[in-house]
Amino acid sequence: MEILFAIAIGTVVTASVYLFLSRDLLRGLLGFILFGTAVNLAILLAGRVGPMRPPLVDAAVLGAGAANPLPQALILTAIVIGFGLTAFALILTLTAHREFGTTSVEELAEAETPKVPANTAAAATRREAA
Amino acid sequence: MMSDESLLALVLALPFAGSLVVGFLPSNRHNLEAWLAGAIALAGLAIALALYPAVADGKAIRVAVEWLPTLGLDFTLRMDGFAWLFTVLVTGIGLLVVLYARYYMSPDDPVARFFAFLLGFMGAMLGIVLSGNLIQLVFFWELTSLSSFLLIGYWHHTAKARDGARMALTVTASGGLCLFVGVVIVGHIVGSYDLDRVLESGAAIRSHALYVPALVLILLGALTKSAQFPFHFWLPQAMAAPTPVSAYLHSATMVKAGVFLMVRLWPALGYTEAWFWIVGTAGLCTFVLGAYLAMFQQDLKGLLAYSTISHLGLITLLIGLDSPTGIVAAIFHMMNHATFKASLFMAAGIIDHETGTRDIRRLSGLLRLMPVTAGLAILAAASMAGVPLLNGFLSKEMFFAEAVAHHSSSAFDRVLPYLAALAAMFSVTYSLRFIHGAFFGPPPADLPRQPPPLPSWMAAPVALLVSACVLVGMFPAVTAGPFLDSAARGVLGAHIPTYSLAVWHGFNVPLLMSVVAMAGGALLYLALQRYLSSGIEGSPLLRRLDSQRIFDRIMIALTLRAGRIGLETAGTRRLQPQLRLILGVACAAALWPLLQLGMAAGPLAPSALDPALTLVWVVGAACAIAAAYQAKYHRFAALILTGGAGLVVCVTFAWLSAPDLALTQLLVEIVTTVLLLLGLRWLPKREEMVEADRHRTPRVLLRRAADLAIATVVGIGVAAIAYAVMTRPAPDSRASFFVERAYTEGGGTNVVNVILVDFRGFDTLGEIAVLGVVALTVYALLRRFRPAPDSIVSPEQQVRQNARAAAAGPRQPADALADSLLVPALVMRLLFPVIGMVAVYLFLRGHDLPGGGFVAGLTMSVAFILQYMAGGTRWVEARLIILPVRWIGVGLLLAALTGLGAWAFGYPFLTSHASHPTLPVVGKVPLASAILFDLGVFVLVVGATVLILIALAHQSIRTHRPTKPEPAPDHA
Repeated sequence: MEILFAIAIGTVVTASVYLFLSRDLLRGLLGFILFGTAVNLAILLAGRVGPMRPPLVDAAVLGAGAANPLPQALILTAIVIGFGLTAFALILTLTAHREFGTTSVEELAEAETPKVPANTAAAATRREAA
Repeated sequence: MMSDESLLALVLALPFAGSLVVGFLPSNRHNLEAWLAGAIALAGLAIALALYPAVADGKAIRVAVEWLPTLGLDFTLRMDGFAWLFTVLVTGIGLLVVLYARYYMSPDDPVARFFAFLLGFMGAMLGIVLSGNLIQLVFFWELTSLSSFLLIGYWHHTAKARDGARMALTVTASGGLCLFVGVVIVGHIVGSYDLDRVLESGAAIRSHALYVPALVLILLGALTKSAQFPFHFWLPQAMAAPTPVSAYLHSATMVKAGVFLMVRLWPALGYTEAWFWIVGTAGLCTFVLGAYLAMFQQDLKGLLAYSTISHLGLITLLIGLDSPTGIVAAIFHMMNHATFKASLFMAAGIIDHETGTRDIRRLSGLLRLMPVTAGLAILAAASMAGVPLLNGFLSKEMFFAEAVAHHSSSAFDRVLPYLAALAAMFSVTYSLRFIHGAFFGPPPADLPRQPPPLPSWMAAPVALLVSACVLVGMFPAVTAGPFLDSAARGVLGAHIPTYSLAVWHGFNVPLLMSVVAMAGGALLYLALQRYLSSGIEGSPLLRRLDSQRIFDRIMIALTLRAGRIGLETAGTRRLQPQLRLILGVACAAALWPLLQLGMAAGPLAPSALDPALTLVWVVGAACAIAAAYQAKYHRFAALILTGGAGLVVCVTFAWLSAPDLALTQLLVEIVTTVLLLLGLRWLPKREEMVEADRHRTPRVLLRRAADLAIATVVGIGVAAIAYAVMTRPAPDSRASFFVERAYTEGGGTNVVNVILVDFRGFDTLGEIAVLGVVALTVYALLRRFRPAPDSIVSPEQQVRQNARAAAAGPRQPADALADSLLVPALVMRLLFPVIGMVAVYLFLRGHDLPGGGFVAGLTMSVAFILQYMAGGTRWVEARLIILPVRWIGVGLLLAALTGLGAWAFGYPFLTSHASHPTLPVVGKVPLASAILFDLGVFVLVVGATVLILIALAHQSIRTHRPTKPEPAPDHA
């Protein structure tokens, strides 16, 4: 089973990193979602592998048969935060598209005019005042 | 009657409380704020005076409250004679400044803000002088820097105020950071941050290897704060502040914090060569340079600022001379300087207030126009010059005596008396210039406005301060003697040196030096007449050395040039190289330990392959790969395939006995997919993209091949690590701790949920706060967003749909939607209460069985989304009032209040309580306070999710331009 999970995680990570590296914000976002999923799975598997009893305390003690609840709790948090990040990234993508008419990171980099003033704004205003 | 300890705490607490109250008063209640601020300062002063007997003979009052016991830190207040003296200065001059500001500030100024900042500063300053703990002292130290920043920048509409405030903050706060590091080193040497312990451990500190670094860092803090050379330049720029602020912060109190600290720590850090050279040299340079520059200022406040720098240099020099009598003289001069300089600043402010200018070139002959102010200012300036029978004379005599008496047989020692006399001469000159330039001479010709009658109370604070100058100057032993004595005892302990506070000491060298300084200063003033009347701004020798310009240059070099060079050499504006860099670093970080320790599969035997799950994962892997392959042109397909991979992971979670995760993952997948679908309609259509990408050059193919190679390497690496981890036995984690205590302490049987809402409740609170922030940000971004004119077209789908509707007959566009989804819409509508019930069910069982606030919240929001899908935005919002922002607020409040509730029962934040009461009929039910917390999570998740989705959905019901670009009203 371990080898299957390893290959599965590896495949999803490969796909997600490939998407990540593309020049389009939306594809990057899809890559991010996939990546998050794969990493969540990897963390859960680092806790324990195999079907066992869910971490629900019975009246009797669970003992060694219980799945590790700690990674589960952590991943649950990660899933929700991942959702928040996805939503935020999507809105930024949409905003970028509307503002600059493109979702290509190359074109976006050009759309942002480099603003490196020769002097600080403070000094400039002082010169004006003087 | 309150005890001394609680009174002491009250002194510190009052200004902060007052600051809060005043800050919330309406800003047009001019008098109320001034009254309140004045009452607080008066109360502080009264308490301080009442506490005097307790500190009179070198004793100290201490209050300690546990602060961070794990670090051995207590919140300690400590008042000895020295701290008492400063408390009286801070509250007393504070009172006068409030009274003065009441008349000085224009009715148009937002005075609530002014008095709130002023009181905040007063509290911070009292915090410095009353701290019995060095860390705490640094905290209040930085607080004074911050409030000084706010006060200098009070008239923030002027560039001068903004620049001055920023410069003061940059210099003093960086000094504060140095001080902090120095204090940490001292704490490390002593083993405690307690001031008493530190003062006792002088010998240990001085002999330690880290003594010099600690000393240099602490002195950097003190010298920047007290505007000592070469950090003096911020003080003249800070004169952009309203004059009451200059009188209070930049003459009497804040700039004294540096010299205060040096005197305070002198028993622990002084008595060394390093102390003598650093402090003494800085003081001497500042003393002479400040006095020299002050002579050539054309602005009254500028003159006073440089003279303040010079006098602070004098105090620093006295401290640097490393003798107990020097310390006594320094303390005495701090008192005297505070009184005459604050009154001079106030007088300059009155002149400005009345005539509209502070420029010495335009002022003249004001003696006739404002005789009271003139008389008071002349007395104060005479005290600044060191004229006998005024308090400035006394401490200057003590200083001369020190300068002459000091003997270390170095060159420094030999030139010291001459330089002291020279600087004293300069100070006579600039005092004369202040008096003569403003008050004597012909009647003023070109004043911006004719002086209106002075508000009678405006000169009262000046009169009080000047009478103090005169009284101390004439009867020093009676008026100032006891207080100086107790202050000296506070610093030096029982062994205070013999000194004499008398006006007349007979004919001696100090008196001779005074006479020389007086005569020389007067002659110098006459000699300089021609240069000064030429109206040149600045001094003959150092005019070109504009410290502000140097500061600007350095700041630009540090912040802008260095950043740009770094960007040019190591950076790129393109995202992809950056991403590759990040991946490369991640790979290297993962490979490094592998190369060091070797990599091998663990000892655990692999478990048998489950054929069903294998099959599921074949689908999952295919989905992931296909998503990556399709994403370029088939966004929709890629999205669905990504969802497919997510679902496979969801099944895997279930297989791995993680039911909560499976549930959450499933719901998040649903919501994410809906969200992305809503988003997709605003992105370019597929066909356009294909057109744009027709020309696939070999270069592009090569780049994608490189991307694929990197991705494969990363994937294999992650797979290998995952495999290596899985084949090793799981380390002993905290898991058993949670499993054992979930029911007994958390009152729930679902360990995951108990961890989330109870054991790790604080994390969850942070997490839902993040979710709320994200939702609000999304909302704000979409609401405030004004689309570019060429992109406000309706989405393709809407256009087609409306076209179809129009073709089918005369009816409303929205009807088309209702028709095409008639049956599903009906089902969805009927499902609303059912899904609601499921959500409630999932929520209620959450503590014991899979479910909980997150899952239930997502379920509930799915119910809402379905209604939007079925009926359309307008239909739903005509029938349901959904206020997601309030849901977010209520949820966060509920969760936080549940946590706070634990305090009411004397437990730490977020402690939960569980019990199993027996209800009639229902029987025994589990009830934990954590369910309230979980309810907060539920409410917030519903609010946040619905808000995000609705905000996005609302984009399509905005009025749009028609698809064909015709001249239509621009409706953004």
